[in-house]
Amino acid sequence: MPFACIFVPDFPVEALLRTEPGLRSQSLAVLEGKPPLQKVFAVNENARHAGVASGMTKLQIESCTGLAFRNRSLLQETAAHAALLDCAQSFSPRVEETAPDTIVLDLLGMELLLGALPKIARDLARRAADLGLIANVAVAANPGTAVLAARGFRGVTVIPEGKERERLGNLPVELLLAGEQNSEQFLETFHRWGIRNLRDVAALPDVPLSERLGQRGALLQKLARGETSHTLVPIDPPLVFEEALELEHPLTLLEPLAFLLSQLLDHLCSRLASRALATQELRLKLELAGGYREEDGGEAGNPAHPGRAQARPRFSRTLHLPLPLLDSKTFLKLLQLDLQAHPPGAPIVKIRLAAEPVRPRPGQNGLFLPPSPEPEKLELTLARIAGIVGEDKVGSLELLDTHRPERFRMQHFAPNFSPQRHPSTALGAEGCFRGELTDGSDNLVTALRIFRPPAAVMVTLSEGRPTFISCLERKKTRGEILWASGPWRSSGDWWEQKGWARDEWDIAVQEETSIGLYRLVRDLLCGRWLLEGTYD
Amino acid sequence: MPSLPLFSNPAARRPLASAPFPASASGGRLAALPQLAEVTPASQLTVRPAPEMVPSGVREIDALTGGLPRGSLTEVCGPVSSGRTSLLLAVLASATQRQEACALVDVSDAFDPVSAAMAAVNFESLLWVRCGVQQTTAVRRKNKAHGASRACDNVEQALRVTDLLLQSGGFGLVTIDLGDVPLKFARRIPLTSWFRFQRAIERTPTVLFVVTQSPCAQTCAALLLKMQAGKKLSAFGSQPSEKLLAHTELLNDLQVETEILRLRMPRKPAQSVTAIFSTQTVRAG
Repeated sequence: MPFACIFVPDFPVEALLRTEPGLRSQSLAVLEGKPPLQKVFAVNENARHAGVASGMTKLQIESCTGLAFRNRSLLQETAAHAALLDCAQSFSPRVEETAPDTIVLDLLGMELLLGALPKIARDLARRAADLGLIANVAVAANPGTAVLAARGFRGVTVIPEGKERERLGNLPVELLLAGEQNSEQFLETFHRWGIRNLRDVAALPDVPLSERLGQRGALLQKLARGETSHTLVPIDPPLVFEEALELEHPLTLLEPLAFLLSQLLDHLCSRLASRALATQELRLKLELAGGYREEDGGEAGNPAHPGRAQARPRFSRTLHLPLPLLDSKTFLKLLQLDLQAHPPGAPIVKIRLAAEPVRPRPGQNGLFLPPSPEPEKLELTLARIAGIVGEDKVGSLELLDTHRPERFRMQHFAPNFSPQRHPSTALGAEGCFRGELTDGSDNLVTALRIFRPPAAVMVTLSEGRPTFISCLERKKTRGEILWASGPWRSSGDWWEQKGWARDEWDIAVQEETSIGLYRLVRDLLCGRWLLEGTYD
Repeated sequence: MPSLPLFSNPAARRPLASAPFPASASGGRLAALPQLAEVTPASQLTVRPAPEMVPSGVREIDALTGGLPRGSLTEVCGPVSSGRTSLLLAVLASATQRQEACALVDVSDAFDPVSAAMAAVNFESLLWVRCGVQQTTAVRRKNKAHGASRACDNVEQALRVTDLLLQSGGFGLVTIDLGDVPLKFARRIPLTSWFRFQRAIERTPTVLFVVTQSPCAQTCAALLLKMQAGKKLSAFGSQPSEKLLAHTELLNDLQVETEILRLRMPRKPAQSVTAIFSTQTVRAG
């Protein structure tokens, strides 16, 4: 039964390097704590060679040349851990979260699907690298050996069954006790005995060891020999695809924000692709500068507000897509257009980007379907058009079930073409019947062109009928009313606050060069005469 | 130096190298060239496939023009109450019923959804772009000071939106409604814009349909129709008051006359250039 282990050395550092890959070649130290008592929490290999170690204060390391330091980010560590899980779950459904930086997979049956064990191990390492994490991968016959090998050997390691003791022998005994409780006591005991590596631990006699160190000592010896076996506790994490980034300095321009969003989107799309998923909703949350946040609920140094926590202002935008998409460039462009139309208004200190996972849309189109716009291009075009005319001025429309004038609302344009589509018929509202197209000109409708807003007019009446009309806004519409038909009275919503009542007239007006047909409306509530539109 | 013939007849397929050259370079040289008798006119040098025609939704216009050409610009012009918008709705209804994605660039925000519903336009397939950004008072004063007006801004928006729609592609029909735009602003649309639109839809299945008060696209329009109210309305003003028509007599069977002003596609010979069709007014309640 083969098991694989993915271990990310210096995990807090790697989590930060996912978003700042340029620092990988430099010495980097991760600090934790509140200033001025910050201490080094983790370092990378270059910093370790430079003499920086965990526990040193910021003051001590400031003198090191070429050393970069960042504050520890739990958000980014969570995102990195989630990415590691996604990576592991794309290879096996049985995955155990051994530690934030260690994942163990059960590879039983995976060789038939994914190939030989060395190939699986290399693919695991490559997939983790694609997600921005440089990980050690080890494959062995039991989980304990796989974990020790991943933590002890760099790169990819495959330990054949029966060779565990031999391969693990040279690893230091500190590795055996990593993460164990009271490990200093065991370490001191081993050092007093002259035990330096796992071979020495494995060579100790069983009974005297258990007499001196107890059951735990026996377990440690089995681990050193590669003889442990325990059942994995597989996890079933909720499908949460979220990437986060805390900024060292507040961000004020949209261009650098777009650069960071691009990185987060690439990671999100990689994680979604590894699960064969797409997304139909992107949620962007920005934490803005201004105000402050206290984790313990107290306001330091301000006795006027004891125990009251204040959070930074937040800015959220949600992008709803009509179809599942998985193109990071399209997402970036849509976010950019959206942020240009709705800027945050304050410097940004934290970025969270989440995607709602859905099944991807099938890509097979019918042979005889008419051409339609590509969804990705259409979304970008609609976003650009919305930037020109306004968000509520572009889209498809939906007629509402009412007799009120202008009885429609705009909605997102999402054409859905399928061979079995039928045109919608009656809306169910009296007077709102939708025609059905037959052949030829049998149902050609005299169209009305609406004036938005309606033009105010002055009307001369004779025996209750309009005889002359004059419009200040439309100077051409002035003249004798040759013919008037009406009034067609309608009213509604009198039970609401915004009731309406009107008389409509269809009129023919003698203009300069022709006769114009108009719809004239009298608002019965305020008595105004309005020109609503022209028949054309 | 003897001159080579400028034109070659593709039907004859005679290589230029074997073309005989005149012995002398005198003035009668051109007339003496035997291959000039087979000169092919320049308009026939490249054989272009005839564009695919789609129904306009009006039988009489389809009989007149053969339909609307794909990959070309069709312009419809006419004054108020000449039937332009009725034709526009018929074209939209026909295209949406063919399940093609359609776009309407409404420069004056004059589209009536109720009329469109009566005309059987399928709104799920129609993208409606309503031009006209809400201007602040300061911007409006500034534009007025510079002689610009809201109509001018709307036209600029419409041109930019049309560019985006045509570049995006995939639309079976893109319509631009300039019907209420004053002539002085509509005529200011540069010819280069119309050329750009024409090039964008060339060799695509997109029909670009433009409604104007008077012709604007000039030579870019492959089909130009002029519309006017039929005799029933135009003669209405001269009728004595005792013979006033009832509502159903005037607005029902409202006649529209259509005349072809330009058509680049080949037509069947001996056909009329005008057509008359009628529209019905559907009143709610």
